[in-house]
Amino acid sequence: MAAEPGSKPEFKQREGEFTTISGREIEPLYTEADLAPELEQRVGEPGEYPFTRGPYPSMYRGRLWTMRQFAGFGTARETNQRFHYLLDHGQTGLSTAFDMPTLMGYDSDHARSLGEVGREGVAVDSLDDMEQLFAGIPLGGVTTSMTINAPAAILLAYYVLVGESQGVAPEQLGGTIQTDILKEYIAQKEWCFPIEPALRLVTDMIEWCSRKMPRWHPVSISGYHIREAGSTAQQELAFTLKDGFTYVERALERGLDVDDFAPRLSFFFNAHVDFFEEIAKYRAARRIWAREMRDTYGAKREESMRLRFHAQTAGVSLTAQQPLNNIVRTSLEALAAVLGGTQSLHTNSYDEALALPTEEAVRVALRTQQIIATETGVTNTADPLGGSWFVEKLTDEMEAAAYGYFARIDELGGMVEAIRRNFPQREIADASFTYQQELNERRRIVVGVNDFTQDDEEPTPILKIDPALEREQVERLRATRARRDGAAVEAALAELKRAAAGAGNLMEPIVAAARARASEGEMIAAMQEVFGTYTESPVF
Amino acid sequence: MEAATARKIRVVVAKPGLDGHDRGAKIIARALRDAGMEVIYTGLHQTPEQIAETVIQEDADAVGLSILSGAHMTLVPRVVALLKEQGVDDVLVTVGGTIPADDIPELKQLGVAEVFTPGAGTDEIVEFIRAGAAERHERGE
Repeated sequence: MAAEPGSKPEFKQREGEFTTISGREIEPLYTEADLAPELEQRVGEPGEYPFTRGPYPSMYRGRLWTMRQFAGFGTARETNQRFHYLLDHGQTGLSTAFDMPTLMGYDSDHARSLGEVGREGVAVDSLDDMEQLFAGIPLGGVTTSMTINAPAAILLAYYVLVGESQGVAPEQLGGTIQTDILKEYIAQKEWCFPIEPALRLVTDMIEWCSRKMPRWHPVSISGYHIREAGSTAQQELAFTLKDGFTYVERALERGLDVDDFAPRLSFFFNAHVDFFEEIAKYRAARRIWAREMRDTYGAKREESMRLRFHAQTAGVSLTAQQPLNNIVRTSLEALAAVLGGTQSLHTNSYDEALALPTEEAVRVALRTQQIIATETGVTNTADPLGGSWFVEKLTDEMEAAAYGYFARIDELGGMVEAIRRNFPQREIADASFTYQQELNERRRIVVGVNDFTQDDEEPTPILKIDPALEREQVERLRATRARRDGAAVEAALAELKRAAAGAGNLMEPIVAAARARASEGEMIAAMQEVFGTYTESPVF
Repeated sequence: MEAATARKIRVVVAKPGLDGHDRGAKIIARALRDAGMEVIYTGLHQTPEQIAETVIQEDADAVGLSILSGAHMTLVPRVVALLKEQGVDDVLVTVGGTIPADDIPELKQLGVAEVFTPGAGTDEIVEFIRAGAAERHERGE
């Protein structure tokens, strides 16, 4: 029975709502009639403006995404072992998780570090730790991602110095450092300084890397954490891109040419469980970025318009109940990221609802990527879902939703002002509460949690961090302090403070202090004496 | 007794240590407020000393410690000890977060009334706190 073009079939529906996890209502059917005119212009071809279908013409036919598993715990020795394990099992890039003290700028022997050292990631206090972290790993032959933000400049300095000790020049180093401080104030909540000095450091890193590290991504503009904090996909997309535009604006204000730094800006998105919404999100992200870079920020080079991203499957989608189910979730989320054209991918381990991954669990996560890459055939062609009426419609809608948020943020005076007024934070809190209510009322189901539950589960073995490692790390730091030239460190820290109080680029003074074996905590404290610290006024 | 239950239950929702994962704590804070309780959310990066001081200053009936950093076996015992030291041992202490099953018995032995792990429903948590705090009111009156 042929339907009129554009008419929706009528039938009895199952009970419940038919919305994405972000609350967008979905039609029972999409047809050509659902699409606005001039689709070809909006979609184009992969590797061609506006890059909706992908940043490169060849996509995975030319090169697979980098399989890059986030890893880190204990001291540099434990994490170095895990790095080798993952590389031996076929991962193609490194990704470093640091512990809470390192992320927050505290040395392992600081009072606030007690009980926290090595728990959520690897403890790195000084260059000595960094050298051990990459022992046996030639930095000229691998790309490394480092998830660190407020102290990012320090960790970048450490990485450059490790490369130097291996005979690898900065310009040969490839990788990414997260650095994205705006999303910290919004979502991840790891800060050391007030917003303006923090933004100055970001611009310093973009500027320095544009001159010295052409293969390096000085920022990974992130939505992952915004989404984990509870935002919708639309908010994740909008807030991430707006953060990115803000960094572009700051770099332009510094006097940099957009085409000198924009090609090395990279992105990091969540790969959540609502399959098609995620694919539409990535495609919309590429299109929006390309348009704004060309038309608003005056980019001339295609490389400046091309959004490239890393994706991580959604940590918040994992359940502690029936953890093997998480393998299924992660697989589907990873598939969405691949069908959305990601350049790099981390897949969560099934045991991560409660702890950092065991070796066995992370191996399964890595195999998930390898199976997608080699067995499913989805890598044979670029943007396989391009032209799908549903996907193109969702992409258009996602784009429109993002522009709606851009307008609201602009009305508030831009992203920095919006953050000061708690706008994105409140949106996130509201969205996360709405989602929780949906779960409470069983309008949305999570298998094993509010349906298909099981009372008699055997506990899953999980990774335990040996508390003795904290003691060991504190001793390592003491040994570093005993070995180094104390006067040289004092002088370097004094110079760092002097530079912080001025307007010059802080990377060189940070590299000098790092070289002298100043600790991260010492460098952060020196800068805090000039910059101050940050306390949020939370909304819930 | 009507008069005894007319006073709102006062709950401190706290984030001990360096952990920045505040999604759950904020949801619980809002759910408790919606359920008619007086909620004091401490915000992030609280030391055990700061939390104990807030509990005392706010004359709280209950304190919910939210922690997803793995540092719970250092920080929770410290909070409980500080409350005890300062003679405040009738406060209902609950913990929420990524707490491995193996750690729960020890936390309960220290005096933590309940540990809520991932997937725990907000209604369940609100009711537990309401019941626990009401019980303490009755004992105290």
